[in-house]
Amino acid sequence: MQMETIDKIIQQHQAQGSELVAILQDVQNELSYLPQDALRHISRAVGVPLSRAYSLATFYRAFSLKPKGRHPIGVCLGNACQVKGAGKVLERFERQLGIKCGCTTEDLNFGLEATRCVGYCGLAPVVTVGRDLHSKVSINKVGPILKQYGKEAVAAKE
Amino acid sequence: MPYRIQLMVCGGTDCVANRSLEFRDALQKELEKRSLTEEIQVVTTGCNGFCGVGPVMVVEPEGVFYQRLTPKDVPVLVEEHLVKGKPVKKLMYVPAGTKEPIPLMKDIPFFSRQTLIALRNRGAIDPEKIDDYLARDGYTALKKALTQMTAEEILAEVKRAGLRGRGGAGFPAAAKWEAVRAAQGEPKYLVCNGMDRSLLETDPHSVIEGMAIGARAMGASLGFIYIRNEYPLAAKRIHTAIEQARQLGFLGSNILGTGFAFDLSVSQGAGAFIAGEATAVVQVVEGKVAEPRVRPPHLTENGLWGKPTCLSNIETWANVPPIISRGASWFTQFGSEKSKGTKIFSLVGKIKHTGQVELPLGVSLREIVYGVGGGIPDDKPLKAVQIGGTTGGLIPSQLIDTPVDYESLAQVGSILGSGTVVVMDEDACMVDVARSCIAFAQDESCGKCTPCREGTKLMLDILTRITEGHGTVEDLESLETIATIVHETSACGLGTTAANPVLTTLRHFREEYLRHVEAHKCPAHACRQLNTYFIDPEICAQRGHGCGVCRRECPEKAIIGEKNQPHRIDGSLCSKCGTCLDVCHFHAVKVE
Repeated sequence: MQMETIDKIIQQHQAQGSELVAILQDVQNELSYLPQDALRHISRAVGVPLSRAYSLATFYRAFSLKPKGRHPIGVCLGNACQVKGAGKVLERFERQLGIKCGCTTEDLNFGLEATRCVGYCGLAPVVTVGRDLHSKVSINKVGPILKQYGKEAVAAKE
Repeated sequence: MPYRIQLMVCGGTDCVANRSLEFRDALQKELEKRSLTEEIQVVTTGCNGFCGVGPVMVVEPEGVFYQRLTPKDVPVLVEEHLVKGKPVKKLMYVPAGTKEPIPLMKDIPFFSRQTLIALRNRGAIDPEKIDDYLARDGYTALKKALTQMTAEEILAEVKRAGLRGRGGAGFPAAAKWEAVRAAQGEPKYLVCNGMDRSLLETDPHSVIEGMAIGARAMGASLGFIYIRNEYPLAAKRIHTAIEQARQLGFLGSNILGTGFAFDLSVSQGAGAFIAGEATAVVQVVEGKVAEPRVRPPHLTENGLWGKPTCLSNIETWANVPPIISRGASWFTQFGSEKSKGTKIFSLVGKIKHTGQVELPLGVSLREIVYGVGGGIPDDKPLKAVQIGGTTGGLIPSQLIDTPVDYESLAQVGSILGSGTVVVMDEDACMVDVARSCIAFAQDESCGKCTPCREGTKLMLDILTRITEGHGTVEDLESLETIATIVHETSACGLGTTAANPVLTTLRHFREEYLRHVEAHKCPAHACRQLNTYFIDPEICAQRGHGCGVCRRECPEKAIIGEKNQPHRIDGSLCSKCGTCLDVCHFHAVKVE
């Protein structure tokens, strides 16, 4: 079933080697990571060595070889955010989630990462959760943000 | 059909994050309810620039500027201003220290001090509608270039304008164009480096038009626009714009019926800062790992798939149409001796007017920070300005009169780079800022060349040691040596600029470094491991009545005290996280 999804994505990009980054991106979005089998399958289908797919998968930040949390949290540590206290915000997330930066919670609901300038410096400090952007995040907003996604995830399960 | 009034609601990322779209929808509903939609139109524009006071809206044609809008403001706005014609004062901009609002956008200093060339259509068009762009003389420069000018004439005009690359190094655009035009090999390619999202979000057609004109001058038939994956809105807008331009014959196999062929394609990145480096962009477009290539050969001879390639950033391309339509002599009246035209700056950090501005090159840092930027919140003293992004140098307050152009910034150890201006007040520790900049460079270093890969790691180790209180005076010497080597021997722009924050802070803030390594103290109290936290018992008991917030919030359970009694911190348990300082409402927690 997973392979069907991957095949569909490969087809959308006409199985072209030059589209490899785009294919990996779509697969990453679909599965939240790039499983080994998927990388093998893709490299064979578009006719590039596995080493090239692997080098892309480990080079770019958007790719992960391990499953990411359903809600990947990115705390921007770019300079503008840092000047406005992003370091403390990250610490607060670590403490409330009970995980270190770069890790995923056991229930796979949240992943926590530090990002480097996401380009919304005017809204600093900025936290991204999946595709959502949270602006001017103070340590007091950390709890409510987690609650927002904690609840949603429960609703999705039901 | 012409409308009596147009309401230009900002749909830029910052305003949207502040719920401008909810305001817009409420506004539209109210207009429908009152049957005013025949005469009043709501337009969603790209970023207006004055992000700090968003959501913002401009009422045209009068040009009344409203700020900090919420859906609750809709009824009064419609009733008073749009129906009765009485602008609403309480929603207008009021300059700090005064009480009198400034009604018109053109009179507000933040706007009146700017010169708009690249951002000429900012806030005036819906970026998703090509008709809006056409109504502002869009694509007339392309028409002129294709029907009234030869390729040589286009080149000569760009050369006379003295346009320089707005991305980083400031290489003359015309020299690049000439090299690509003269280079052997077909086809020739154009690439737009889209590390910056603002122009693509506010005015995507100006980039397309600029590239099409460049294509004509260089004899290129295909162009690529690279966009960071962090910028989905920019990607959507440029896709829409390319499609519209094709439909109206501004792109494609027979542009404007002249037989000239040029088309564009979008390449999306996958999250790597290094991908903004010129040769790395080319790698990304080719679908490879974003590792910079060794130069020479230059991209102009050996670029995309080994063919001659002209790579410029978004802002550079957007400057081309006005140069062609209004002429080089018009363009050269702006800017300084060697840096003509304008530059877009993004004002962030400790500055009153956060947002985006376009100013003539050669403008002083003082004008940026205190003129357009409105100064520092709470009127705190300025400590330093970092310009050009995370690898830009830190400019101390005593050099605030430095003109901002390519040459002057190089002299003070900084770069024009992305045009980001991060303003820092006395709360920022320069050692800590240098550490965070190097952490960024170390993280983003692609690892291909040794000085950058190893040097950034070594610098990060030393700086971390210093900020944690384990630094020595000898560390400063090593730091300087390594920084100089990284600066002089790295292969690409990331490495050669990575050491800027270290070198400039060592030069201008040596005292602060010495305090860290000799007394193990951080004068700005930003390096928390060097701080000692304590509670003022009097303030805690008398003003806070021992409220206990710090006790409950302390992750280490290091705070002891009863309700109504002064609390105290057990130094042996304290991890120096600083939470108590942040949560105390009564400023009873002190740090030294």
